[in-house]
Amino acid sequence: MSTYALRRILQTIPILLIISILLFIMVRAAPGGPLTAARRNPNITEEQIQKLEEQLGLNRPLPVQYAEWVGKMLRGDMGQSIKFRRPVSEMIGERIPNTLILVGFSFLAALLIAIPVGILSALKPYSVFDYVATTLTFLGQSLPVYWLGLGLILLFYVTLKNPFNGNPLFPGGGMNTFGKEGDFLDTLWHLMLPVTALSLGWSAWYSRFLRSSMLDVLHEDYIRTAHAKGLSERVVNYSHALKNAILPLVTLMALDLPSLFAGALFVETIFSWPGMGRLFWDAARGRDYPVLLGVVMITAVLIIVANILADLAYGILDPRVKYD
Amino acid sequence: MIEGGKISSRKQGMARLILRRFFKHRLAGLAIGVLIILILSALFASLSPYSPTEQEPINNFKPPSAEHWFGTDELGRDIFTRILYGGRVSLTVGLLSTFSSILIGVIVGALSGYYGGWLDSILMRVTDAFLTFPTLFVLILLGAFLREQPVLWLKNSVLVVIVIIAVLSWMWPARLVRSLFLVLRERDFVIAAHAVGSDSSRIILRHILPNCLGPILVSATLQMAYAIITESGLSYLGFGVQPPTPTWGSILSTAQVHVFKAPWLAFYPGLMIFITVMAINYIGDGLRDAFDPYVIHTGNN
Repeated sequence: MSTYALRRILQTIPILLIISILLFIMVRAAPGGPLTAARRNPNITEEQIQKLEEQLGLNRPLPVQYAEWVGKMLRGDMGQSIKFRRPVSEMIGERIPNTLILVGFSFLAALLIAIPVGILSALKPYSVFDYVATTLTFLGQSLPVYWLGLGLILLFYVTLKNPFNGNPLFPGGGMNTFGKEGDFLDTLWHLMLPVTALSLGWSAWYSRFLRSSMLDVLHEDYIRTAHAKGLSERVVNYSHALKNAILPLVTLMALDLPSLFAGALFVETIFSWPGMGRLFWDAARGRDYPVLLGVVMITAVLIIVANILADLAYGILDPRVKYD
Repeated sequence: MIEGGKISSRKQGMARLILRRFFKHRLAGLAIGVLIILILSALFASLSPYSPTEQEPINNFKPPSAEHWFGTDELGRDIFTRILYGGRVSLTVGLLSTFSSILIGVIVGALSGYYGGWLDSILMRVTDAFLTFPTLFVLILLGAFLREQPVLWLKNSVLVVIVIIAVLSWMWPARLVRSLFLVLRERDFVIAAHAVGSDSSRIILRHILPNCLGPILVSATLQMAYAIITESGLSYLGFGVQPPTPTWGSILSTAQVHVFKAPWLAFYPGLMIFITVMAINYIGDGLRDAFDPYVIHTGNN
């Protein structure tokens, strides 16, 4: 197991290398690089620019610069925000927990819907329930999250009011009511609409996946064997079939993480949720490249780590996977 | 001659069989109809009496009526007309970026799966690297980058969007095609082709690739749905196709500002994205059934 884990981690090294090179190219190509302002200033001569380049090490060979940049990244030094004059790592560090709360709850909500729906559809394929569920998953998969978000705001914030005090039913944005910062229940109330918007598409996707995976498993020989042994329907379905059917979902969810963060970006933008996506969007509009690159890097690392964890979890959950 | 005739008639039979199976999936047939209507309405958008870009501020924020079917926006432009023109952009981006990403994916997947070895290792590591990229973030980043470069053709934002979507989405078809090639290259007909001395390019193009058509078409529908949602999303965030060119995403984006005053502004562009993506998803479902020899057609019972 530990050799498998080690090898799996070693395998990501070339991937990290490729990603870091691509990112480095972007850093170098980024407009508004370190000397743009100096170049635009008519009072600074060409000689002075060359001197600046020397000071900042911009005239050294690219591989040397790349190595230095990687070293800085490894130490967590991602440069400074152009707009806020603050270390990028600090700004991202403040936002990560908020994004993880949003993504985590949405993930949970999606699974809570998808697992029962997927199981019931697979156990009674082509029933009325299955037909309705399949149609709904098609609808859910085709709904653009940004449109859904706007619709939810219109319905639950603008149109529907609390009958007792006339306030909006749910908050239309933000993470806390003013003066209630740190109140978990208040945050939960603010999470309702963003989580609904974010989890609907995934729950559709996952339930469809689980349905077909479960249908495949139900036709396996070991299911017939289990039936033949006289095990009850419930035991066969849940402890034999479901256990096997749910495994591929682990891999799917890990591979899907990039789209998960993409969805979070939209939802954070629409609902003014102070997470990484919102930070990214604000930075993109202000052309704050160090922040943009920092966020891309951190999300890439998060996705890689999640993929390794999913693979390891798969190895633990499925004894058929060999580690040697 | 006789042999050629036989093969072509068998091919026709196969195509007819697949078509018949496709249209057995009633919703897929309906979806084809919807998609054709969408394409035609985008093609003939200029038949509308209104201009998609000319402003008429006196007529702003008109709710939907007989004159303006979907109402007018903050500058008095007819939303229905703008949506027709927006369809041109969305469908073009969808089709072209899908075509490019499938093309890249097929090339990478075929080389990787057919030759294996070190080529496979390298190509698959690159694929994995691209898969772990937070795609939308990179799309926004590139969108912001490219538009600041002083190169003229990059100003054509539709092209920029097509290219960056394709460059960041070829990995799924590549993986699919690779896995198909891994299986098919061991099959008897490929070994026979080797035995009669066919060269690799002929085996790849004439023997293996045609057998991958079904799964590739299905994955193309997924890619197209993804491309349309992504283009609209990028334009919605302000980093896709730039105004004044109307796209469903950018109409939605301006609508968001006025959503309390004129909710219909946000309703229709989103509805168009939704309908288009759903039609494409259903076509994909129909294709999956049509090409799968084991599927049971019980959905129609």
